Amino acid sequence: MGVAAILGAPIKRREDPRLITGQATYVDDIKLYGMLHMAVLRSPYGHARINSINTEAARKHPGVVAVFTAEDLKGAVGPVACAVPLGKITEGMGIRQPLAEDKVRFYGDPVAVVIADDRYTARDARDLIEVDYAPLPAAIDVEKAIEEGAPLLYEQFGTNVALSVKPPTDDIDKVFEQTKADGGVVVKGRLINQRLAPTAVETRGVIADFNKGSRSLTLWSSSQIPHILRNVLAATVGLPQHQVRVIVPEVGGGFGSKLNIYPEELVAAYASMKIGRPVKWIEDRSEALAATIHGRDQVDYFEISATKEGKVTGLKVYAILDMGSYCQLFTDTMVLAFMFPVICGAYDIPALYTSTDMVFTNKVPTDAYRGAGRPEATFLIERAIDLVARELGKDPTEVRRLNFIKPEQFPYKSASGNVYDSGNYEAALDKALALADYQNMRAEQAQKRAEGKLVGIGVSTYIESCAIGPKGFAPVGLYESARMRVEQSGTVMVYSGSSPHGQGGETTFAQIVAEEFGIPIENIMVLHGDTDSTPEGRNTYGSRTTAVGGSAVYTAAQRLKEKMKQISSHMLEASASDVTMEDGKFFVAGSPQKSVTFAEVAATANLSNTLAPGIEPGLETTAFWEPEALTYPFGTHICLVEVDKDTGVAEIKRYVAVDDCGRQINPMLVEGQIHGGIAQGIGQAMIEGVVYDDDGQLLTATLTDYAMPIASELPSFETGSTVTPSPINPLGVKGVGEAGTIGSTPAVANAVADALGVEDVEMPFTSERLWKVIHQK
Amino acid sequence: MATKREITVIVNGQQYHSQVEPRMLLVHYLRDELDLTGTHIGCDTSQCGACTVLLNGESVKACTVLAVQADGSEVTTIEGLAPEGSLHPIQEGFWEKHGLQCGFCTPGMIMASYQILKDNPNPTEAEIRKGLEGNICRCTGYQNIVRAVQYAAEQMRTAAAAPVGAGE
Repeated sequence: MGVAAILGAPIKRREDPRLITGQATYVDDIKLYGMLHMAVLRSPYGHARINSINTEAARKHPGVVAVFTAEDLKGAVGPVACAVPLGKITEGMGIRQPLAEDKVRFYGDPVAVVIADDRYTARDARDLIEVDYAPLPAAIDVEKAIEEGAPLLYEQFGTNVALSVKPPTDDIDKVFEQTKADGGVVVKGRLINQRLAPTAVETRGVIADFNKGSRSLTLWSSSQIPHILRNVLAATVGLPQHQVRVIVPEVGGGFGSKLNIYPEELVAAYASMKIGRPVKWIEDRSEALAATIHGRDQVDYFEISATKEGKVTGLKVYAILDMGSYCQLFTDTMVLAFMFPVICGAYDIPALYTSTDMVFTNKVPTDAYRGAGRPEATFLIERAIDLVARELGKDPTEVRRLNFIKPEQFPYKSASGNVYDSGNYEAALDKALALADYQNMRAEQAQKRAEGKLVGIGVSTYIESCAIGPKGFAPVGLYESARMRVEQSGTVMVYSGSSPHGQGGETTFAQIVAEEFGIPIENIMVLHGDTDSTPEGRNTYGSRTTAVGGSAVYTAAQRLKEKMKQISSHMLEASASDVTMEDGKFFVAGSPQKSVTFAEVAATANLSNTLAPGIEPGLETTAFWEPEALTYPFGTHICLVEVDKDTGVAEIKRYVAVDDCGRQINPMLVEGQIHGGIAQGIGQAMIEGVVYDDDGQLLTATLTDYAMPIASELPSFETGSTVTPSPINPLGVKGVGEAGTIGSTPAVANAVADALGVEDVEMPFTSERLWKVIHQK
Repeated sequence: MATKREITVIVNGQQYHSQVEPRMLLVHYLRDELDLTGTHIGCDTSQCGACTVLLNGESVKACTVLAVQADGSEVTTIEGLAPEGSLHPIQEGFWEKHGLQCGFCTPGMIMASYQILKDNPNPTEAEIRKGLEGNICRCTGYQNIVRAVQYAAEQMRTAAAAPVGAGE
């Protein structure tokens, strides 16, 4: 294979050999000499006052080294970081200490930790801690939590609402009145975007190792954000930044749940600093479901107006965000920073009104879960467009087509204020319709309906925004970085500021470098996750790794290539401006017969003692790359569902997805991301949901109760793609990590509503719920 | 703490004599005592299957077996599925077909796939999906795992059909 063909090739992953042979190293696979184990005692109540904690028996238990409570941590550690405090959070509302002080605010809230010789002993001793609680009424239902007289999580604020944004509605009201006066329609609805548990198969885990001599802390964590964690950790435990090192080893999935700074990371660090020995904590699954961030959880109201032809004239949205009990890293940003900016979806909507209440309740904090705000926006607009079509008696694809932003409108400024980079929504729709054989699908649906069967077709023509983030997007720059070294043998080391954890970044980054240098991919090593060796980065989330991190890698390669041209020009006795590079060889343009190889130039740069004057020895550079704007992937998903009238069981018969994530570095990995994304989106639609009772007891505390899709519950997805390059970055890529999840949930929901012939059904579409709708119970 | 018990187990062809607490799970024995960390733990309730190993040739979830129950048995983990330096066709299939992303469920998936193909060398897609019901993957949506098992099935059938000696 010509090396030049490597960018865009579906090559096998370079990560896999260690993963398929059991040779990878996840946090729990690490053993350090003298290592202790931590167990966490958690609140059994949703809301309670702590009267007293008695740790005496636990401390005396054989094998126990220490027991810590909030009392010990006071003045030494905390609070837990919130990146962008908004509203009353700026005054301290929702800011948590690593261990609960005075009150617990959710089932699973950490109260104390035991540090012991082994994990069995740590758990034995944990059960010996006595906590005297005074249970309090809990605020669980988010709409009730807003009401006067609701139980308050933070009494001193007199409300559970941290921020209420409700501008006057005059303008949108006028749009609705005018639309009605012109013979159009206004459709309204209330949508529940239920609470989900991200549930990476590897739970969280951490090892803290403090060296009392050098006063330096090394923290291994199953995290998506090594650099952010390091910087925040240093500040939170009171160490100088350069004395803290974070190492993220192999990570068994994140989906946003490991994009956070967690109390357990801080407490393990504190414990190791106190004791002077390594301390390991590995979360068990019940803890993961009870204390790792949850996602989604909104109640959203909307009104949408359209002409009788189906052209949307206005959209009004009121989003109630259930933040759970505390503000974690990005808890309060989901609606304003991620949902509302894309609330108009793929449609040219002239008038938009948005309002929100952000509310604390006695549940696990919510935060970014695969899609983070964009699935909620997409669910709302895609359901709303379907309801317009239903009201007007039109095919949902026709209403979509009528409202699409046209290719010539890009860059397009949405009514939300966001500028979309590029798109061709109709092309993706047409390709999906062809792949699904949509007309035939509708014909078969009509036939089956005539036989009395409940068959539904759902379409979603989603967009999303990713590759965060441009200047001004966040309080700090969200650039990405790459350090690159060409070694004397011609092999290349890449140290990435991104921190991929399953996406295959070691392969895609190597493909970018192999393409640029014209060298075999085997000669490239991509490393990430260790803050001591990698340049400061902003890490991996928000479908940003290839678009932002990949662009940093590309930029570093360009810089080294320029220097290699200079060096090679002396070897070729030519002017640097005349030298060109192709297939790993440097030569004077037009004279490829006299050339020097990549390896020869690498050797010269690293070994020669006769480099030309002004040329610094070595071949190493660090590039930082910051995007100018967001990218906007898009696509069309089509779902065919059949619901059994007698049992209420819904089965996905076909699932067609055409996605456009810009240029594809590795189509095999792109397809893999889409598959996994769709599975998670279908999971939300069909079976997933975190459930609390009115007292705040978690009813889905194990995988027996929290259902996730298994192999037999999913169809084979029929996928295709279109390619509309992004003009925002040199690679032309957009991002693909979240697209499948964002596009799929509304496609399934639209299909089920279509099957049942109703306006809306609440997710998840369990057989019980659907049976009740069918039989109007 | 209960008195420790002595057990003798053959793991990946090697015999071990160990003293273990009666409550110690087989998965903790493999990981913490024998340092065979390729077998993972993803839940506490035997739903996820990340800890799947072979016990006397049959797949089991090592979180539902006590180490003392494995006394006198043979255990195969992901580290011992193929001879050093080579890949089992199922491992090859996962690599070829992009059957993994984060890789955490993968060793369990591979061991569960081994059982599927042992019981049925020529499974349909539906049979593969049914056979994987005890293993959860959050990354792939399972489609490429199904392809990986199909790939392995074909490789193994071809090898089995080849004349004696040719498959080695």
